[in-house]
Amino acid sequence: MTKLVEMTGIDKFFPGVHALKSVQFDLEPGEVHALMGENGAGKSTLMKILSGIYQRDGGTLKIEGRDVSPTTPREAQDLGIGIIHQELSLMNDLTVAQNIFIGREPRKSFGRLDEAALNAQTAEIFASMNLNLDPKALVGSLTIAKQQMVEIAKALSFRSKALIMDEPTAALNDAEIAELFVIIRRLKAEGVGIVYISHKMDELKQISDRVTVMRDGEYVGTVDAAETPISRIIAMMVGREVKEEPLDVPDLGDAEISLQVTGLSRDTEIQDVSFSVQKGEILGFAGLMGAGRTEVARAIFGADAKEKGEIRVHGQVVSIKSPTDAVKAGIGYLSEDRKHFGLATGMNVRDNIALASMDLFTGAGGVLNDSEISDTAKSYIQQLGIRTPSDVQEVRLLSGGNQQKVVIAKWLLRDCDILIFDEPTRGIDVGAKSEIYKLLEELAEQGKTIIVISSELPEIMRLSHRIAVMCEGRLTGILPGGKDTTQEDIMHLATQRAAAMQVTGTVQ
Amino acid sequence: MTTATDIEKKKPLAGLSDSGAYQKLLAFASLIVLLIGFSIASPNFMQTSNMIAILQATSVNGVLAVAATLVIITGGIDLSVGTLMTFCAVIAGVVLTYLGMPLLLGVAAAIAAGAFCGLCSGTFVAKMKIPPFIATLGMMLILKGLSLVISGTRPIYFNDTPGFDLISRGSLIGEVFPALPIPNGVLILFLVAIAASYILSRTVLGRYTFALGSNEEAVRLSGVNTDAWKMRIYALAGAICGIGGILIASRLNSAQPALGLGYELEAIAAVVIGGTSLSGGRGTILGTLIGALIMAVLTNGLRVLSVAQEWQTVVTGAIIILAVYADMARRKKSG
Repeated sequence: MTKLVEMTGIDKFFPGVHALKSVQFDLEPGEVHALMGENGAGKSTLMKILSGIYQRDGGTLKIEGRDVSPTTPREAQDLGIGIIHQELSLMNDLTVAQNIFIGREPRKSFGRLDEAALNAQTAEIFASMNLNLDPKALVGSLTIAKQQMVEIAKALSFRSKALIMDEPTAALNDAEIAELFVIIRRLKAEGVGIVYISHKMDELKQISDRVTVMRDGEYVGTVDAAETPISRIIAMMVGREVKEEPLDVPDLGDAEISLQVTGLSRDTEIQDVSFSVQKGEILGFAGLMGAGRTEVARAIFGADAKEKGEIRVHGQVVSIKSPTDAVKAGIGYLSEDRKHFGLATGMNVRDNIALASMDLFTGAGGVLNDSEISDTAKSYIQQLGIRTPSDVQEVRLLSGGNQQKVVIAKWLLRDCDILIFDEPTRGIDVGAKSEIYKLLEELAEQGKTIIVISSELPEIMRLSHRIAVMCEGRLTGILPGGKDTTQEDIMHLATQRAAAMQVTGTVQ
Repeated sequence: MTTATDIEKKKPLAGLSDSGAYQKLLAFASLIVLLIGFSIASPNFMQTSNMIAILQATSVNGVLAVAATLVIITGGIDLSVGTLMTFCAVIAGVVLTYLGMPLLLGVAAAIAAGAFCGLCSGTFVAKMKIPPFIATLGMMLILKGLSLVISGTRPIYFNDTPGFDLISRGSLIGEVFPALPIPNGVLILFLVAIAASYILSRTVLGRYTFALGSNEEAVRLSGVNTDAWKMRIYALAGAICGIGGILIASRLNSAQPALGLGYELEAIAAVVIGGTSLSGGRGTILGTLIGALIMAVLTNGLRVLSVAQEWQTVVTGAIIILAVYADMARRKKSG
């Protein structure tokens, strides 16, 4: 059987960088081939060459045995290569059908659009995917998962033989991921080859047949997904074996309760949430997407309004109406979306670190002491191991892990002793992840109070001294951390809907 | 690649020289080309008197453009700079001519009126969350109307205030160096520009101006009271428009209440030609100054060449589009 895609000896140069060094990759019809590697390993570059966005500087690309060199995404589409980007590229104010057929709408005479044919053809595609979706629904009104399905339908409408999915599950919850996997399996059965890029190890085991690992622009190897242990794949990615150390839950005894939240409520999003955290403790918040964890964090931080609820910091009741109040009380919040809510990406490392603490550097007449800002920034760059050429590098040029460290430095400088981390390792590669974990543990040891919100159960289990679980805006239970709690225990609470709710766990 | 130490060495008044260096270079080169071109085309162009006329013509637009730059860097826009200038001139007229107060009080009143109106715009934008375009459009009309109402639609002359016209038309520099009779209006423009540049690069207000334009929500979530800072920036821009009002009133020795509409677009054009991004987060005062000079040189040069006024406007429009296109082409290349 001819291979669907065969890439050999692919080279790619960017100014000053040898981005791909003689990389190989192949795809059979009807297989899911995972492409793994840390951020910057060259996965995206390779896939952009396959999908015609970049042109290769060396090597051969064969599609179904024929030598090809697509120079535009359109040419690649015509060759049967579809790509679904990590950031969805749909127009929210158009309908599903209008999105799928954008640029090639069925027409009637005088250039009038044939909406009926448009919707009928879309319905046909959905039927073939066994997908229940209204072609006339506005894309903006759909969940992210459904929007992803629309992207897939769009790719299929080009009769794609190979489909590249770049982190398709990054924004999906477990139920939605399951839905996506059903579609992927169906496509597989129909002979579509799928390139699957993801950082989530457990998914690879579930969905992929083979795994190819890249590192620093080089091909490392291709292994069978079912037979290869995850630790081996991670080792291939980082070039060393990563040992998961068992979590050691410290005995905090009667350490001071630094944050106590009682009866926090807003609408149906947050329903009577109460919990407390001790000094030096890491409290994990688990739950499915949309369970209300981020809402709770933002309400505590004053980023959004709350209707009811009392917040005590070090035993004192504090009134938090805005982030300014929260910061005064010593609470820092690190958003899941660094680019939009965490960093002023156009500004440099130094200014981002100082952003919450400008008053420390402001002299008479509002004049800033830039050399002091620089010295402070440099000391944090060293302390946290932020990899940046200098303190005046723009933060948008740093990797995800280093950007996260810049945000952490911002709050450490502000001297916040209660830190809320919302998805602290989203978009961060494996090597940098364990660095962030270590950093959080060190902060807790130094007596900071840490709250970690994460949708990745292994991350929650790896970090949390106690695990608070939410479902549909309610806190359904708080479990002890460490080996006594299993992923099943957490999922049980995370799916405990209001109607079926019983008292389990110990709500503190 | 620039190394850390290279950047350290420059250690700039960031507002003057840091970002958008290429665009400023381009703008500066265009300015030189224009100057050379016009002086070859007409011997009358490179006369000292004509150069001074160009600088004089730049002063009012330049001051307004500096005000607009501050607001635009926050990611906003200020359409009211022109009519606010007129409003402040009228206030000066009321205080000086109608009430017969001393000169300094009139100047202070105009600047205070500007700051207050800026604060109002800032409140609409920051507290009431009205988009800056709409808030300042409303303000533009309100101020145009108020200027006419207060003045009774008639110009207010400053004949009873000796020395008022010297604010713009006198020349302190000329007294010291008689060969260089640069008018005070130009001197004031440069002082305003240097002050604004200092504020942008060295003060906390300036740093937040860039931060707001770069990512307002991230700044808010850092615990910064973004609303208050934004209001301060609009108020500062308003105060600078007040200075613009004094300049124009002094130059005309009268407050002309019907004047002002259209000045805001000239100011924004100068800002854009100077390489400040309309989406915020980036911009420099030096670039804005060069932008304002380019516009004045164009207008003056075309007039010296006896090009009809109508065509001057067409050329100015084309230059704006070209300038922004060049900037975008550069960004695409480097990004």
